[in-house]
Amino acid sequence: MEKFETITALVAPMDRANIDTDAIIPKQFLKSIKRTGFGQNLFDEWRYLDHGEPGMDSSQRKINPAFVLNLPRYQGVQILLARANFGCGSSREHAPWSLQDYGFRVIIAPSFADIFFNNCYKIGLLPIVLDAAILDYLFEEVKSTEGYRLTVDLQNQKVISPKREEFTFEIDIFRKQCLLNGLDDIGLTLQHAEKINQFEQKRRNEQPWLFM
Amino acid sequence: MQTLYDKLWNQHLVHTESDDPGSMALIYIDRHLVHEVTSPQAFESLKLAGRKPWRLNSILAVADHNVPTTDRSQGIQDPISRLQVDTLDQNCDELGITEFKMNDLRQGIVHVIGPEQGATLPGMTVVCGDSHTSTHGAFGCLAFGIGTSEVEHVLATQCLLMKKSKTMRISVEGNLGLGITAKDIALAIIGEIGTAGGTGYAIEFTGSAIRALSMEGRMTLCNMAIEAGARAGMVAVDDTTIDYIKGRPFAPKNELWGSAIAFWRTLRSDADAVFDRTVTLDATQIKPQVTWGTSPEMVTTIDGIVPDPARVSDEVKRHDMQQALNYMGLSANTPIQQINLDKIFIGSCTNSRIEDLRAAAQIVKGKHIAANIKLALVVPGSGLVKKQAEQEGLDQIFRSAGFEWREPGCSMCLAMNDDRLIAGERCASTSNRNFEGRQGPGGRTHLVSPAMAAAAAIAGHFVDVRKLSNE
Repeated sequence: MEKFETITALVAPMDRANIDTDAIIPKQFLKSIKRTGFGQNLFDEWRYLDHGEPGMDSSQRKINPAFVLNLPRYQGVQILLARANFGCGSSREHAPWSLQDYGFRVIIAPSFADIFFNNCYKIGLLPIVLDAAILDYLFEEVKSTEGYRLTVDLQNQKVISPKREEFTFEIDIFRKQCLLNGLDDIGLTLQHAEKINQFEQKRRNEQPWLFM
Repeated sequence: MQTLYDKLWNQHLVHTESDDPGSMALIYIDRHLVHEVTSPQAFESLKLAGRKPWRLNSILAVADHNVPTTDRSQGIQDPISRLQVDTLDQNCDELGITEFKMNDLRQGIVHVIGPEQGATLPGMTVVCGDSHTSTHGAFGCLAFGIGTSEVEHVLATQCLLMKKSKTMRISVEGNLGLGITAKDIALAIIGEIGTAGGTGYAIEFTGSAIRALSMEGRMTLCNMAIEAGARAGMVAVDDTTIDYIKGRPFAPKNELWGSAIAFWRTLRSDADAVFDRTVTLDATQIKPQVTWGTSPEMVTTIDGIVPDPARVSDEVKRHDMQQALNYMGLSANTPIQQINLDKIFIGSCTNSRIEDLRAAAQIVKGKHIAANIKLALVVPGSGLVKKQAEQEGLDQIFRSAGFEWREPGCSMCLAMNDDRLIAGERCASTSNRNFEGRQGPGGRTHLVSPAMAAAAAIAGHFVDVRKLSNE
């Protein structure tokens, strides 16, 4: 996993609550057996005017000029502002993969769906929870200021605005260390292999029917 | 004084960095269900890292999302779908993982076959790369959906790194009215607490109405816990649970059966257990539910009307409602019973079990689908459900009524195979999500119970199933 350091980047607003994983990456693209290449189909049904299927050349498709991420001012965006319950729905990791592949490094919302939230950390995409009132303010700022950029300082757990306003966010210490150091979860867990073996052996003795 | 969730958590706790309840813990996984959509990248990474699955007999695999529900003798026509299913077959064959292949009678939707085979047992942790894994909590399990990185993590380590959830008790007391099902309870709960109401919680469903539900009903309810935002939903073990499991292929037998049930009976919250949040519903007040929007919380009752965004003061919410009405092609204040339908879907991991098919068949018996219904599908949850239904003659009832009787799979719940809505088509569906495009781009989904879907098929529009039951 790539290390997460401080970034300063362009911000785009997705002003809608309960954005679900079917909207983030529609099901037809889940047929891929690869982990990459999903960015071109991020928000496919909103982003294009025609219907997308796997294998289509997205540069030949009709884009929806009104969709926020298609506006010229948001090209090169890396930080997404979103509303409550972002990422609700399925467990598809294709949703964070597509956001990351598109170029996003950070999603800021007042709340996230649990599985989506968890999946983001696994790939080094940082989901940040800030109060709804702060989000309201940031939505206003980004809409009224072309080229609006935020700084995300993970080490100090701060989102910093161009006016030097600082918004502190919470993050689990373990997850923070994994992101800062680009650590692989599986490698870390396998350091406890002996303990897992012992646990398993005990369980096998107590509930042998679980091991048949 | 522990909740059922506390007990399950503690029984699977391998390691924790500190005693702080908010710290990351290593949780042991007993059962890992695998399907074709969320596993190929996990198997690939596992292989690239030179790792092998930790415990093969914890894994049960099946292809369900991409499989055709029509004639399977020619295999899968769509080359991309076929590659994904072939990839699962290859991975399972190479590694020695038990898999029910497409033409196996035991094949079906992963959340139907786990319990059907007795592969889901009380006290287990059950995971799958699928959010509706919450279904298995009906058996007094800790069951939840995971992403592909976590699928790989479980394959490699038999564990997951996670934080303990908060606990919510949803108590439903009293007797359900005639024609009211677990699906109506689930939608009524989501209407009450919202699709994010359960975020961060594990839900335990309790109360006399829950105890009175069959295992099929409990699975429907736990299945929809994720639509309330909760990764896990669960029901305590009782005689209904134990009777369901007895004699199933993967269930303990002979002398182990006695010790297993003695342990399983401890899988309930202690009388004085404290929950972080408690919600109470009166079962006698629950009416047949119908969703009108593009989120399961956008739900009302069969005697209700499409709500008016103008009456909502919150700006974001009003905007979302208006967008939902635009997408759904509905006007505010339209009576639900005046909504006409194009297609009917009876199936999915929510409602494709034998009890669901019986309830729908009872409604359509001796009748015929309305002229405006272009397609009415029944997709059994597994090959074994299909066989059972055929033994009971349900397939004939459905066929005579104008329904198509299909092969098992996820089908039009998410339309990854050829079963889908065309833009603008309106469907009464027994599935779990009414998101935009879920059943096909531009398709409009109304979530209902199997009996309500069946009744809508006959009438051509939504009708109150309670009135039919009285006839």
